[in-house]
Amino acid sequence: MIEFIYEPWPWYVAGPLIGLVVPLLFIIGNKSFGISSSLRHICAACIPANIPFFNYEWKKERWNLFFISGILIGGVLSYFFLLDPNYAAVISPSLIIQLKEDGLQNFSGLLPIEIFSFKSLTSFPGFIMIVVGGFLIGFGTRYGGGCTSGHAILGLSTLQWPSLVATCCFMAGGIIMSNVVLPFLLKLF
Amino acid sequence: MSHQNNELISSNRETQSICTNQSETNYKWYFDIKYLIVGILFGIVLIKAEVINWFRIQEMFRFQSFHMYGIIGSAVVVGLVSVWLIKKFDIRTLDGEKIVFHTKKFHKGNIYGGVLFGLGWAMTGACPGPLFAQLGSGMWVVGITILSAIFGTWVYGKFREKLPH
Repeated sequence: MIEFIYEPWPWYVAGPLIGLVVPLLFIIGNKSFGISSSLRHICAACIPANIPFFNYEWKKERWNLFFISGILIGGVLSYFFLLDPNYAAVISPSLIIQLKEDGLQNFSGLLPIEIFSFKSLTSFPGFIMIVVGGFLIGFGTRYGGGCTSGHAILGLSTLQWPSLVATCCFMAGGIIMSNVVLPFLLKLF
Repeated sequence: MSHQNNELISSNRETQSICTNQSETNYKWYFDIKYLIVGILFGIVLIKAEVINWFRIQEMFRFQSFHMYGIIGSAVVVGLVSVWLIKKFDIRTLDGEKIVFHTKKFHKGNIYGGVLFGLGWAMTGACPGPLFAQLGSGMWVVGITILSAIFGTWVYGKFREKLPH
């Protein structure tokens, strides 16, 4: 049991649990699963600046902010109680070969610390990956009308073809970045 | 703001399918604690299943592992079956309300925005949910990524009239 808690969970345990969030949110409060909207509610709450897109009653959507706060707390709890301190993912050998070619050395932890640190923020590739990457997430999800939760999981579960288009586009963007742009960016570190 | 005005904005949001989750019922804030709890459980699953692991996301986009495809695929299957059951048996919310499924209307932003988000996902190894889980698990620099994502959403809101939809 203890081992199961510390070990990473396989996809066939985690995937169905994530899928169950869809009916759970519907049943406990008629809410549609979706996370990127929370970024919009934060804008509406903090910096609406008279922009029509942010001029709505964000307080009516505050459940979404409670939900993301929960995700953050879930992260804290996992870090302290559910994660092996020496955690390193079992990564595919071919990925390790590719990343080593691009100059990465450290494969432990959730994120490669060589890239994701305050120190690397001041370097050109670090800035691109941390700041521009974040910008693209916020801009792209709102422009695209949703993220992995709203489009890929809820949208496909409710058989909405715009969500299928969006999901394919997420994949296309990710494949281009990971295979074409990233190797170039990583070599700049 | 007048009630009528609110309705106008609300229907505007609906037709443009930018944000479809709308709540009409007014209730006390502590009822929202249930969403906090679901969020906590969801965050734990994200971390334990390595969905927020940058290397796992790279494996997915380089077709080197089945893990992420298995997670998203099985989540969609469970979602599909659940939604089908809700419709089939007219399952209600705890308060007895009929469950509302919002229809997403296609616009070109689904394509352009989708690709842009995909680029960001592969860079940071996170979609919006995992960003908060990464921050929670002690990756403080992800706070900068989140601020930047909020700014990105704001810039979209500022210039959305000028963007092709």
